[in-house]
Amino acid sequence: MDPILLARIQFGANISFHILFPTITIALGWVLLFIKLRFNATKDDAWMNAYRFLVKVFALSFALGVVSGITMSFQFGTNWPGFMERVGNIAGPLLAYEVLTAFFLEATFLGIMLFGFRRVPNWVHTMATFLVAFGTTMSAFWILVLNSWMHTPAGFELRDGVAHATDWWAIIFNPSMPYRLAHMLLASGLTCAFLIAGLSAWRWLRGDQGRDVAIALRLGVTLGAVLIPVQILVGDLHGLNTLEHQPAKVAAMEGNWETRGNVPLVLFAIPNERERRNDYAIEIPNGASLILKHDPAGVVPGLNEFKGQHPPVAPVFYAFRIMVGMGMAMLAISWLGSFYLWRRGALPKLVLWGLVAMTFSGWIATLAGWYVTEIGRQPWLVTGVLTTAQAASAVPAAMIGTTLAMYLAIYAVLLVAYVSVLFHLAKKGGNPPAAPAPAPMRLQPAE
Amino acid sequence: MALITDNLPLIFAALMAVSILAYVILDGYDLGVGMLMAQGNRAERDRMISTIGPFWDANETWLVLGIGLLLVAFPAAHGLILTELYLPVALMLLGLTLRGVAFEFRVKAQTRYQGAWDWAFVGGSLLTALTQGYMLGRYIMGFQPGFWPEIFAIAAGFGLAASYAFVGSTWLLAKTEGPLQARAVGWAQATLLLTLVSMLAVSIATPLVSPRIFERWFSFPNIIGLLPIPIMTGAFFLALWVFLKRMPRADHSLDIVPFLGAMALFTLGFLGLAYSFYPYIVPERLTITAAASAPESLWIILLGAVFVLPFIAGYTAFSYYVFRGKARDLRYD
Ligand code: HDD
Ligand code: HEM
Ligand code: HEM
Repeated sequence: MDPILLARIQFGANISFHILFPTITIALGWVLLFIKLRFNATKDDAWMNAYRFLVKVFALSFALGVVSGITMSFQFGTNWPGFMERVGNIAGPLLAYEVLTAFFLEATFLGIMLFGFRRVPNWVHTMATFLVAFGTTMSAFWILVLNSWMHTPAGFELRDGVAHATDWWAIIFNPSMPYRLAHMLLASGLTCAFLIAGLSAWRWLRGDQGRDVAIALRLGVTLGAVLIPVQILVGDLHGLNTLEHQPAKVAAMEGNWETRGNVPLVLFAIPNERERRNDYAIEIPNGASLILKHDPAGVVPGLNEFKGQHPPVAPVFYAFRIMVGMGMAMLAISWLGSFYLWRRGALPKLVLWGLVAMTFSGWIATLAGWYVTEIGRQPWLVTGVLTTAQAASAVPAAMIGTTLAMYLAIYAVLLVAYVSVLFHLAKKGGNPPAAPAPAPMRLQPAE
Repeated sequence: MALITDNLPLIFAALMAVSILAYVILDGYDLGVGMLMAQGNRAERDRMISTIGPFWDANETWLVLGIGLLLVAFPAAHGLILTELYLPVALMLLGLTLRGVAFEFRVKAQTRYQGAWDWAFVGGSLLTALTQGYMLGRYIMGFQPGFWPEIFAIAAGFGLAASYAFVGSTWLLAKTEGPLQARAVGWAQATLLLTLVSMLAVSIATPLVSPRIFERWFSFPNIIGLLPIPIMTGAFFLALWVFLKRMPRADHSLDIVPFLGAMALFTLGFLGLAYSFYPYIVPERLTITAAASAPESLWIILLGAVFVLPFIAGYTAFSYYVFRGKARDLRYD
């Protein structure tokens, strides 16, 4: 098999696995801080019990994020040496700042956050929780700066084919960065909201109806209901930004083969790349023109303008519909849930089961969204500067294939273990073990 | 300014060396504890884990920094080294992954799987140590192909694993008490001898494979200036041996001493290696200056590093202070 293709599959598989866990921890850190602050203010044990349960979820997700992240940091070099040769002067400092300002911070204070409750004053523990949340968000910031720069490069000049930084401000605040960062942070919030709501609904249905479960359930549903409209709005703005900078990607997302006015919104179709048209399309007339140009007759660039230079249409097209579909499902269930909570103070069984079914909907939407983004930028790795093929390494296909099989096997095992342990933890609940908590210990053993 | 700009490659090589040394000592002890867990019963394993619980994640971050600096500052060397070591790197990542997740799963999974995760912890730690030692061996041999270099690299794998087990045991000496501490003394003595053998083997093999390194060490007057390194190393070995004979002691105030001694040993060994290879970053193939990337970007990173590293040192010290003394049960509340 083609080594470039294998390297791409390997990188895609690894980063897809990695992103699952930061997506949870970025927002969960803030949720834990919120719960901790509520506990500090109310001294109500229900909050502390909710904290105890979610902190376990956090610790587990964080560990998986760290180990897969370490794999990522090696893969960057092993799979794409050409990337660092050509744009290393820009990618390098961004990655270094991520390690220096984020990874050490979160990794160190994680120890205090998880195991330091009895060792430090309460305010230091709260502070540690804040620093961990801040650190994960900083990680996301730096890596998304780099990723966005790859989509919409700015602030550099090419000398002998090598990118040199001319303006770091422009590099960091490149045109797509604010949209991508906002959309990703919201995605994290939603993933977390539905994870909490799903696990809590499951506990509730099993008869574990303590106040801590009720609190977490309400928190998850409300957070989802608040964030989802914002996410849809930001997603729309992100799309408009992409239309400006990467029109070929938007054309693939919309399945729009010809540049024209009055473009319909394709709800569903089977894109036919050979004939360059959509089969079995279900469309809303003028919809796409309206969304993208805010004018029913607006002219939208089509794929015909990028022949031989545009991404594969089908995966981008389908992935986009999966993401948006998930968004709509989230909107429906979180608003329905909030309505019941507001009017009746409780959720009917059907909604509870719906929430359980949606436990990992954030993961699906996030992965789908990233596939739109990343596949949609092909054949470019850095838009207009470097193609994927130019960056690939010379490692023989057999070696990539072997390691790929190994990674896939271990990821499959870990994913199954992770999901089953989450539900196992939910079953056990967050309640403290039967043994009474030990008194704070002496610092030095008395002999 | 110009002085710094001219020496940027050297400064980055030094930064990288520091983070690799920090990694080897810090993750060395928790990987060592991981391997030693094979010897303990369930209660002892819990206690051993509790000594590394708050630290292992930050320890591992030094590897990310080291490899990141290699990637960022010396992209050419990074490409060469990681292409040569593609398979062992993948195996090491497998080991690190198993170790890192087993840490969580061994207490959170359903009871019937917990034993299996304990073994994943031991196996992951061992695999990581072996592959890292193997890579070190390959690096020392300048990536030469052939039977003997391969044998040397495999032996180096076991040597590094033994050395990690040694720092791991000295860490346990510092962080535990009672019967577990007594067992740790035995482990420390055995692995100290293995560490001695490995360091001797590397010291003999390196000048033998490379006439250049032979020249650097044994020509006059270098040899006089360098003599302190082997002499101090020998003295530390002896002192550690004698000290360990008197452990465990009723007075726990000196329990940290063997760990500090192990740190000194690692540092000396590392200095020796660094001296052998300087000015090469890939032995006999690529020098530090030839491999370095553009100065403007290195400047940006250096500024960040100079500003941030004191903070990192500060809060790392804080975390060791918070978790000072003997380890207790790991509890979230
Ligand atoms: C919970 C997750 C989630 C949800 C519900 C949505 N998205 Fe999204 N979307 C993401 C999670 C995400 C993401 C994974 O975070 C991506 C990938 C890269 C990025 O910045 O965000 C993304 C990318 C992404 C892109 C590609 C941008 C580019 O590559 O240039 C567009 C146009 C949208 N989204 C638009 C939307 C719209 C109109 C939504 C309305 C329902 C929506 N997203 C819901
Ligand atoms: C934010 C940081 C990210 C960076 C710097 C990044 C960088 C890259 C690079 C270098 C490639 C390889 C070249 C290529 O095949 O196009 C790639 C491809 C890919 N990435 Fe990302 N990526 C990021 C985030 C993600 C996330 C979070 C996901 C998925 C959840 C993802 C999914 C993919 C996929 C599926 C490919 C393969 C696309 C293809 O080859 O057609 N990426 N990305
Ligand atoms: C090429 C891309 C990437 C690389 C090289 C990479 C590297 C890493 C590494 C090495 C860690 C472990 C840090 C530690 O030791 O604590 C990590 C964790 C993390 N990464 Fe990534 N990462 C990449 C993509 C992403 C993406 C796309 C995101 C999110 C938008 C992300 C967000 C995080 C966060 C929040 C953490 C904190 C640990 C956690 O919560 O699991 N990373 N990453």
